[in-house]
Amino acid sequence: MNKKRIATVWLDGCSGCHMSFLDMDERLIELFQQADLVYSPLVDPKEFPENVDITLVEGAVSSEEDLHKIQMVRANTKILVAFGDCAVTGNVPSMRNPFGVNAVLQRAYLENVTLYPQVPREVIPALCERVRPVHEVVKVDVFIPGCPPSAEAIYLALTDLLAGRIPDTAKLTRFGA
Amino acid sequence: MNQPVRVKTLKIDDRDVSGREDETILEVARQNGIFIPTLCHLEGLTSIGACRLCLVEVKGVSRLLPACVTRVEEGMEVYTQSERLQKYRRMVLELIFSERNHICSVCVVNGNCELQSMAQTLGMTHVSVPYRFPRLPVDASHERFVVDHNRCILCTRCVRVCDEIEGAHTWDVMGRGIDSRVITDLNQPWGESETCTSCGKCVSVCPTGALFEKGKPVTERLKRRQSLSYLAMMREGRR
Repeated sequence: MNKKRIATVWLDGCSGCHMSFLDMDERLIELFQQADLVYSPLVDPKEFPENVDITLVEGAVSSEEDLHKIQMVRANTKILVAFGDCAVTGNVPSMRNPFGVNAVLQRAYLENVTLYPQVPREVIPALCERVRPVHEVVKVDVFIPGCPPSAEAIYLALTDLLAGRIPDTAKLTRFGA
Repeated sequence: MNQPVRVKTLKIDDRDVSGREDETILEVARQNGIFIPTLCHLEGLTSIGACRLCLVEVKGVSRLLPACVTRVEEGMEVYTQSERLQKYRRMVLELIFSERNHICSVCVVNGNCELQSMAQTLGMTHVSVPYRFPRLPVDASHERFVVDHNRCILCTRCVRVCDEIEGAHTWDVMGRGIDSRVITDLNQPWGESETCTSCGKCVSVCPTGALFEKGKPVTERLKRRQSLSYLAMMREGRR
């Protein structure tokens, strides 16, 4: 049997969606008889591979690194899934948008620091002016709202996707669920 | 006085239904168990057709009509569930979500919000237009209540309940278009309002987390929207 290639990606989110993914518990074993997890924060590979069938993206697009990553992921993925509210709506990371990125850097690195306050310019990826949901940057095929989506919702959506169906995710979950 | 009530017969989604001549398409549809989504409408308050979620198609009429303010007519043929209407309703919701900062996961009424549940009911899983992310104030100057403009959808239920049921008319709307905002008195802090009676009816009828009561855990912030039709009924009975 030809196993599907699944990946998961973590952009600007709290990893709660990945925790919920793990909450599928023993159903993970069942799922991964039909598929391989070829890239994920949960497994070893460091480079995003080619020819991925389904990629779940957790998190909003907030930094230059996110921007670069999501474009590479899109180029190598057949079905891109916005996984959880941050990917779908921007959610909590987007709460900085009304204030602007400078206000955030000021608060985090200058106002609240006692020793050598300075805004980092190296190593840490530069923040984008605006946090955006994934579909404002690249085409998204399936949306799974929820903060986080329940393990049940993830399982049912993935079962559909592995069977070649597009899941009706509004029946499974909602914003803020 | 006391003219006989006329009954109109019409079709909604190919079903034969009837209603009094002073009833709206929405009322007759609901009496017959036909679902038409609404957000600004609330039983007990005057309908204003603001949110446009209840738009329906009427045969022979080229534009879409809001069911909450359109009276039934003899021989009308109404359609409530066409593909086109469902698309428009999702679009209306998407525009409402994009207009302000509706962050469901951290909202005080998460799980008890009409906007949130309507999105799920109508199958709206994402917003296809760019979000605006406006910078909006939160007024917590009232000793018991808070108004968070980030969550307001301008349904004006608060304005209507305050005027029509409480009789205080503390709430009104200021500005036009995208700059519209609900205000207390002459746009002064809610806590300094001289007309507010602190009755809390506005908080009860607010469909979202725009108006809420201080110091209550999220799970106890259940809104009591159904009490309103009782109040309206009692008041009319007294007249």
